[in-house]
Amino acid sequence: MVTDLANASPDTLIDLGEISTQAPPGPPRPEVGQASEAHPDSAGEVVFHISALDFYYGDFRAVRDVSVDVEGNEITAVIGPSGCGKSTFIRCLNRMNDLVPGARVEGRIEYHGQDLYGPDVDPIEVRRHIGMVFQKPNPFPKSIYDNVAFGPRVNGIKADMDDLVEESLHRAALWDEVKGKLKQSAFSLSGGQQQRLCIARCIAIRPDVILMDEPCSALDPLATNRIEELMTELKREYTIVIVTHNMQQAARVSDRTAFFTTEVNEQSQRTGVLVEVDRTEKIFTAPTDQRTEDYITGRFG
Amino acid sequence: MERRSTADRLQGRAFQALLLSCLGFGLLCLVVLLVQVVNEGLPRLNLDLLRNFPSSSPGGAGARSAIFGTIWVVGICGLVVVPVGVGAAVYLEEYADTTRWYNRLIEVNIQNLAAVPAIVYGILGLGFLSRGPLNLGFVVLAGSLTLALLVLPIVIITSREAIRAVPNSIRLGAFALGATQWQTIRRQVLPSAVPGIATGSILALSRAIGEAAPLILLGGLTYLTFNPTGLNSPFTVLPIQIFNWISRPQEEFRVLAAAAIVVLLAILISMNALAIFVRNRYQRRW
Repeated sequence: MVTDLANASPDTLIDLGEISTQAPPGPPRPEVGQASEAHPDSAGEVVFHISALDFYYGDFRAVRDVSVDVEGNEITAVIGPSGCGKSTFIRCLNRMNDLVPGARVEGRIEYHGQDLYGPDVDPIEVRRHIGMVFQKPNPFPKSIYDNVAFGPRVNGIKADMDDLVEESLHRAALWDEVKGKLKQSAFSLSGGQQQRLCIARCIAIRPDVILMDEPCSALDPLATNRIEELMTELKREYTIVIVTHNMQQAARVSDRTAFFTTEVNEQSQRTGVLVEVDRTEKIFTAPTDQRTEDYITGRFG
Repeated sequence: MERRSTADRLQGRAFQALLLSCLGFGLLCLVVLLVQVVNEGLPRLNLDLLRNFPSSSPGGAGARSAIFGTIWVVGICGLVVVPVGVGAAVYLEEYADTTRWYNRLIEVNIQNLAAVPAIVYGILGLGFLSRGPLNLGFVVLAGSLTLALLVLPIVIITSREAIRAVPNSIRLGAFALGATQWQTIRRQVLPSAVPGIATGSILALSRAIGEAAPLILLGGLTYLTFNPTGLNSPFTVLPIQIFNWISRPQEEFRVLAAAAIVVLLAILISMNALAIFVRNRYQRRW
């Protein structure tokens, strides 16, 4: 998608002003109604409105009846025991599950009011607005520079690539560590640096939302700490949904927490269900559901 | 801890020795062959061999037209087989839905095709390319296409392995950045698979270079005193030239054949060395 300043939406322009005067124009947000015109950012705005979401792998229902709103410029944490469908759930949000043969979604996910699974929605375009960081750092076998430049290049973003790479690495708090070796292989970086590179790569396509699927599970505590600081920094400009196994992490960084658990039916098939979602303080201090309380106090899971 | 019984340990040693001797036997055969061929061909192993055309007088005969023929035939074969083979491999690995019966049928048949004897491809080339529907004649193009059919399954199989070795996390990473499937393949998967594809293609072509049987049927067994000038030119290749010389009664031609075998082996070894070099130089660790 190629954009010039003339048809960039107002929010993008204001956004640019804060970042840097050299920053290239980003693409406009997708058609989202009046909301995005009124606010420079989407704070308090509902970014995802998910209702009665069921997810199937073939005939097997992996996630059942999830209804939740994700608000803009917040970090929403998704917690729960292994196999409860947390990752499956967030992969519905950028349509990564479309890549799995036999995967099927029922129910509705609205992204800024638009049906994410509508017939005229292109999943490629969805992923362009809703970025994703994976569990294990997965840099491309290319230079640090080319890793960051890949997204803008495939999306046809016309910008001064050097500036865009520098800015993205700055925002991912990696610039100072790599500025002298941009042409070196991304594999020369440590695990934590690789993960921040993946975040920079994601930021470079100027997404609206960043999905993180257990981004720190392969990292040591120091690297984890850096990513958590970074997330708090990033939520000023992005909406973040993070899946985590680590309840302390959810408590430290997130604004809202959704707790998923597993239901086992008569055929001993395991289906993920959303138990409750609320402000993080509330979930960790006064959960309404007994299952949540059991999980966070360590009696289960 | 108790020591294992002497019998147990002897058995282990004996087995190890047996395995080593298997390897030794193979190597020994190769060394004997090489020494004998080099020894026999040495008197004629000089530039005249490369410079002169075949001749009825053994003294002035050379393999020039066969060497150029080999370059033509294998070169065109490579130009045809690499794109087609890699394309087929990309389809099978990246696009094909393996739950569909026709894709499984294709898979099984590629394995089978790799095991079909070379002469059968020669018959196919004769019946379909040189004569029959395409009626190309006994020319370079027919020879190249026949060899291409012969090594196509090898290129497909090795390319598929190279493509499969690219971790899925790379594809997911590219998709998550809004890349299309083609962009993902073109910019991430294929570049990462190039070392494996190159290695496999070189090995497939070195197989093609040594083939004589299918080309004999395609008119490669001709006495040529000129180099091929194009796709429509008659041709001969090194293995056939060797075959030709060896079947002559004069002793001098046998020497000539041995010298040509050394040249062919040298080409083969350098191609395989190139394959190993490419593999080691560009090998990726994930």
